Amino acid sequence: MIRVVLPFHLRNLARVGSEVELEVAAPVTIRAVLDALENQFPVLQGTIRDHGTLKRRPFVRYFACKEDLSLEPPETPLPEAVVNGSEPFLIVGAMAGG
Amino acid sequence: MSKVRVLVGTKKGAFILTADGKRKNWEISGPHFAGWEMYHLKGSPVDPNRIYASQTSGWFGQIIQRSDDGGKTWNTPGSSPEELKGEGGFPKGESNKFVYEGEPGKHLWYDGTQHPWEFKRIWHIEPSLTDPDTAYAGAEDAALFKTTDGGKTWKELAGLRQTKSHLWQPGAGGMGVHTILLDPKNEKRIFIAISAGGCFRTDDGGKTWKPITKGLKSPYELPDPDAEVGHCVHRIALHPSKPGVLFMQKHWDVLRSDNAGDQWNEVSGNLPSDFGFPIDVNFNEPETIYVVPITSDSLHYPPEGKLRVYRSQTGGGEWEPLTKGLPQKDCYVNVLRDAMAVDSLDKCGIYFGTTGGQVYCSPDNGDTWSAIAQHLPAVYSVEVQTLK
Repeated sequence: MIRVVLPFHLRNLARVGSEVELEVAAPVTIRAVLDALENQFPVLQGTIRDHGTLKRRPFVRYFACKEDLSLEPPETPLPEAVVNGSEPFLIVGAMAGG
Repeated sequence: MSKVRVLVGTKKGAFILTADGKRKNWEISGPHFAGWEMYHLKGSPVDPNRIYASQTSGWFGQIIQRSDDGGKTWNTPGSSPEELKGEGGFPKGESNKFVYEGEPGKHLWYDGTQHPWEFKRIWHIEPSLTDPDTAYAGAEDAALFKTTDGGKTWKELAGLRQTKSHLWQPGAGGMGVHTILLDPKNEKRIFIAISAGGCFRTDDGGKTWKPITKGLKSPYELPDPDAEVGHCVHRIALHPSKPGVLFMQKHWDVLRSDNAGDQWNEVSGNLPSDFGFPIDVNFNEPETIYVVPITSDSLHYPPEGKLRVYRSQTGGGEWEPLTKGLPQKDCYVNVLRDAMAVDSLDKCGIYFGTTGGQVYCSPDNGDTWSAIAQHLPAVYSVEVQTLK
């Protein structure tokens, strides 16, 4: 199972706790995890990635294993620790707003 | 006895204020959607328990919320427990999908270049006067969307952006459709306003539109005296009994039109400043209108630090200050364009919210005022429902 940590406001929107678990078929990429997340919680469509372009929203960041993956291509495979569930994939609201 | 329900959108959530027809003792519920920017909430005139809300965030984009019980509980449309029963599914994300029709195109940018259209948020939701499942949504970047299924899906009325939209330009607050007026006597006629695109009318239900800006003067922003689009219209209002009469608060100037916007005439008269944002009409007196003068485009607070609503009982031209119960010194708040509303009780109630987090109510046509909420986040919008 892939563990995904959501930011506060998206947890409330999806009505879930801080972490959700997803079944994701290999290869486990950034895009595959986001597709699975939105498939399980369609209310999150458009909140992490734009509806049409599927581009990451500017103030949303992705982290895993202490690495910032926000600028990596969507096809980037996630680290083995995320794939085997020992580490979560983190979706974070960027620090912004002054 | 009648009741009133005031729907307040703020920078950090929504609040619902309720009182009986005396409008003296108020209960406040909220924050709903705490931490999110709530641009606008509005109830259906057909089914007052149905309320649409625009929830938005610079981080996570646009969400549409809907209540079917007067604001007690909320769901993204298409996701209520009843709709999910037997489906084995989860809420669908279509209710927040606002996609421009076809090639989005470009509009004028601050530096004079052309800039691609980008959806940012919904500024205003206007429920239909006849069908609770139909509503219109005004978007930034400026466009008009329509739902006919209670907000589950939205489709652009793309004809609006065929109206010289390459010359529309964002105002300081962004380029949004902020006003949507439905003509109660002609269901095919809709008026909308955009900062800084101007003011437009459709007479065929939204297929085609025309600018209605003749008589507007914006000499500094638009040197061309015949410019049809690009005017920074801050707000327009009408009275349901006389929908051919429109009132406008422009960036500068207060104006009226007696022919559905075909020609505008200035009625700023003796206002201390004709800059401001909201304008509204007394429910019982179609020629009684209200504005809140703001010092200037550079100083977004009331002249002399005195918060004064100005009332004209002559449809403009002659204005009187309304001050009883409003702060008359050291007041430096603003009142935004969507933050004024009127109820439909015998003595018309007037309501407005400030960027300082106060919501004021006058239960007597504006003669006296009191704060019915004092410490909310900055108020973006105020709507009121009169409940029998």
